[in-house]
Parts: sequence; structure tokens; C-alpha cells
Amino acid sequence: MTVALTVTRGGATARTTISIIAIAVVLLAATPWIFGVGGSGRAVALLVYVLLAVMWNALAGFAGLVSIGQTLFFGVAAYTTIRLADAGLDPYLAIIVSIGIGAALGWVTSLFMLSLKDGEFAIGMWVLSSLAHLCVNLDPLIQGETGTSLISLNVYSIEMRTSLTLWLALAVTIAVLAVLVVLLRSRTGAAITAIRDDEIGARSVGVDVIGTKRVVFILAAAGTAAAGALWLASASNFQPRAYFGVQWTAYMLFMVLVGGLGRVEGAIIGAVLFFVIETFFASYGAWYLVGLGVIAVLFALLLPKGLWGWIGPRLPGEAIPTGYLIEKKNP
Amino acid sequence: MTSQLINAVLLGGYYAVLATGLAFMFSVMNIINLAHGAFIILAGFGLFVLGSDLGVPLPLAIVIMIGVMFVVGFILHRVVLSRASGGGELLPILATFGIAIILDNLMFQVFGADSKSLAPMVGDLAWASYELPGFIFIGKISVYILTAGIVMIGALEWMLRRTTLGHRIQATSQDRATASLLGIDTGRTAAIATGIALATGVVAATALGLRSAWGPYDGSAQLLFAFEAVVIGGIGSLWRVLIGAMILAFAQSMGAMIHPQGFLISGHLAFLAAVFVRLGGRSFSLKSLLAKGARA
Repeated sequence: MTVALTVTRGGATARTTISIIAIAVVLLAATPWIFGVGGSGRAVALLVYVLLAVMWNALAGFAGLVSIGQTLFFGVAAYTTIRLADAGLDPYLAIIVSIGIGAALGWVTSLFMLSLKDGEFAIGMWVLSSLAHLCVNLDPLIQGETGTSLISLNVYSIEMRTSLTLWLALAVTIAVLAVLVVLLRSRTGAAITAIRDDEIGARSVGVDVIGTKRVVFILAAAGTAAAGALWLASASNFQPRAYFGVQWTAYMLFMVLVGGLGRVEGAIIGAVLFFVIETFFASYGAWYLVGLGVIAVLFALLLPKGLWGWIGPRLPGEAIPTGYLIEKKNP
Repeated sequence: MTSQLINAVLLGGYYAVLATGLAFMFSVMNIINLAHGAFIILAGFGLFVLGSDLGVPLPLAIVIMIGVMFVVGFILHRVVLSRASGGGELLPILATFGIAIILDNLMFQVFGADSKSLAPMVGDLAWASYELPGFIFIGKISVYILTAGIVMIGALEWMLRRTTLGHRIQATSQDRATASLLGIDTGRTAAIATGIALATGVVAATALGLRSAWGPYDGSAQLLFAFEAVVIGGIGSLWRVLIGAMILAFAQSMGAMIHPQGFLISGHLAFLAAVFVRLGGRSFSLKSLLAKGARA
């Protein structure tokens, strides 16, 4: 008797996910016509949260690198956007260049930071972030904590500006997500998954652990930089404290822990959930942050795989397929 | 110049006090407690409430808070850390960072944004100073803080090397499974170690409150100073923390002389230099660093 094995990557669940994502993309792209300027601003916020969550999850969940200082890339990208725009570059071009600068900064940082272990790496990144914060404050253009604005955006009308920012944010988010999913489905992705599951085991079968971690780190740097530059384009004010502040790390931690560490789907769900919670509860100020912290710690202790760790295994196949599905068919 | 050198040494004494608890917890439990700074600030508010609101003399308030923070640390380990460290290396980092966020904002809600200081509780001592030859004045409090740091490190080192509890803590940190086979209650030992680490935070809080004032969100700055002192000093003996703290203080003092904003920047640069030196120990040239990158 022969047993036929069929190897597939997608499935019904993946097709449903693609449809949901497609509908979400169309809705987000049409936001300027449906919800106007205010709606577009909120849509950019959602996309920035998705970027931050997916990138932080790629770092912590896949590469096992918990960084308290991803605000390094977030803040520096916002700063370079201001600087480049001040030098006469079109603000949207400045955003795109800043993403490149973020990736370059990620490469340089990875050369020495990746040799630090766990907690040392976590706070080491925080030190780098506050170093960058202090250096940005020295720039006369920024005027210390007073900050400045992305004035050159004013050449566009407010409707034009918010719509362009939203579409750029949408395009960048899709591009970053696509790069991540393609990466996860490639040979590097197999290495990443192996490191996630067992780092020492991965090393023993010949996986280039540091090289693989570096790829993820640079991608996360670029994606987080994109989020920072886009947040600037949406808020238009640059106050260093608002970009280098540790609350961003708290948000990333919350989104990823609640959504599900080590799963792209989890990070996206976490970001959407955070967006909803923020919309309703952000006005509670410090109590809101206390609540976020309590929920994040409870998830870390009681449900460390997050919501997707509960939902995912109950679905047939993967929602965003990164592995292979092997089915046995008897003739 | 001489007075700046002396002040740097005294500042180093303060950083040593800050960093001892963090280093102790890291060396005996392999956990970097990201809430270390927040717990110091919490202890500070405890001292403030006892001293200013209830009129307890500062020495008695310190003793009470050492007891309180020991219990807090014990419970912290039982409820959070023991569970988190069972789930891999990442969860303790995530959990302690979450606790820091909770504590920071909770303290802001309870105590408000105003700065608090313990200096009014010690009267004249707050500005009393020793006079050295050459018209150099050094604050008595800074000298006490440095002394407290040295005594605290000495006491912890003695405890680790000479007492049964110290041997139990070392055994638990080296190999938990074997330690528990030998009949050591590893959970209890680790909880006691956490309690001790948090109790040292009371000394740090006293030092902070007597030197200057603090606000509810100042924990992260204290954590960064403590962490930098630990990394610069290197892991091994707690005495290295003292060396690291001195180097950090010297770097900051020199930076402050170069530029008004240079104080924090050069402290961070000293931390980076320490990371580079440690990399250099494995492959000492920037070229090989760029070619092959960092190795784990």
C-alpha cells in the first residue's frame, strides 16, 4: 500500500486571512473619503502600532532579543526626517530615506549589541536610546525638549497631507509585513524558527545564530524607524521626549504579550486590541498605563503565548502560513 | 581639580549603593531586575511617608523599610519571578519591565508629580561638611553614602562566602536542580535573595533622598546608572561594582567639565566603551569586528 503525502503551505484559514487583510487594506486606503482627516490620523496610528508590534515581536518572539530601547530607531528616524526636511528634502522623501538610515543604524548597532545576553541586551539598548535622545537634544534645530515641527509638510493642504501620510503608512506596513513573511518562509525563516524554538539546538545543527539574529534585528530597526518617521508625519510635532519615551516600549510589550509572542498574527491582533483600548481608555492617563502594565504582566505569567497561542492551535492550518503542512492521503 | 576628583569618588559611592542590589540579584539569580530603580523609588516614598507624615526618626524608618522591602522582595519572587523564570530567559525581563511601568505610574497617581526629599529629616546634617586642607569642602552625607556602599558590599560578600545562607544562595544560583537534590529549599532561598536585593534598595533610596530630590518617574534613571556601573565593573565579585561605579562617576564628571550636557552622555559612552572592551577580549581589532561581527 502506498501512502501519498501532499505538501502544502496555505489552506482555507490562510485564504480567509488574506481576504480579511485585503478588506482591511481597502478600508484603510479609503479612510480619507469615509472618515475624513481625523479618521486618517487614527488609521496612521493603527498602522504605526501594527508596525511596532510586528517588529518588536520579530525581535523578541523570533530572535529572542528583548529590547527596551527600540525607541532608538523610532526617535532617530523622526529626528533625521526633521533634519532632512529642514535641509530641503521633500518630507515624504525624507521619511523614506530615514527608514534606510534606521536600517543602517540597526546594522551598526548589531555589530556590538548582539554579543550581549538577554537582560544586558535589553537595558543596553535602553542606554543607546537615551544616548541618542541626549545627542538629539544638543541639536540647535531641536531646541532641547522644546522640540520643533515638520514645517515643510505645510506645502500640502491638510486633506492632501493626511491622505498621503496614510497611504505611505499603508504601503510601508504592507511592504514590511511582506518582507517579514517572505523571510519567515525562506531558508532564513527556518533558521529563525529553529532559534525561536531552541537556540542551543539550532546552533548544534549548524544554524548561523548571530547572522540570522542580525537579519531580524536590521529588519526590526528599519520597521521601527518607519513607524517613528510616520508618527512624525502624522503628529508633525517633534518633542524628543515624546519619541524616545519609555512608554513606547511599554506599548510594544503590551501588544506582543497580549497578542502572542512569536507569532505574526498575534502581534497584529495585539496591535488592533491596543488601538481599541487606547481609543477608549487613554484619557485615564497614568491609571491607563498601570492597567496596561498589569494586563501585560498577567499575560506574561499566566498566558505567555498570548491570545494567538490560544486561538491559533484551534484553527485548521496557519492563518499566515510560514511553515509546511504535510497531509497523508490514502489512495 | 582635586575637589572634582573627590566629588567623583563620592558620586561613585552613590552609584555603588544603587548598583549593589542589581548586581547581587543578577549574580545570584541571573535575573536583571528592570524594576530595580522603581523599587528604590518606592522605598524612598516609604521612607518619606514614615518620616514626614508619621514623624518616625529616619534611622528607625530605614530599619522598618528594610523589613518591608525584604518582604516585598520575598513576595515578588514567590508570585512573579519564580513563575516567570520557569518560562525561559525572556519572561523575567518582560515581567520586571511590566512591574516597573506599573510602579512608576502607580506612584505618580498616589504621590503626585512633586519632587520629594529626605534632607529635611536630618536637619543640619544635610549641609554639614568636612573641611580638607586647601579649602576643599566635602559633604558629610556623601562620605556616609560611600561608607555605606563599602560596608554593604563587604557584608554581602561575607554573607555569600562565610554563612550557610550564602552557600545556599550560591548553590541555588549555580545549579538549582542539584541544590534541591541536596535538600536546599531553592524557592525559599531565591526568594530570600530577592528580598535582600530589594532591602539594599532602601539604602539606595536613603542615599538618593539625602543627596537630592526624586519624583515618581526617576526609577528608570537610577536603573540605568546602576546597570552601567554593573556592566563597566564586570560580573564576578560585588567589589567590581564599586570599581564600575567609580569609573562611571569619573566619566560623568569629566563629561560635565567638557559640556554642560556632557554628564549623562559621557556616562553612556563609558558604558559603550566597556562593551567594546569586552568584545575586544575575544577578537581585538575593529577590523575583525566589522568583518565577522559580534560572536555570542
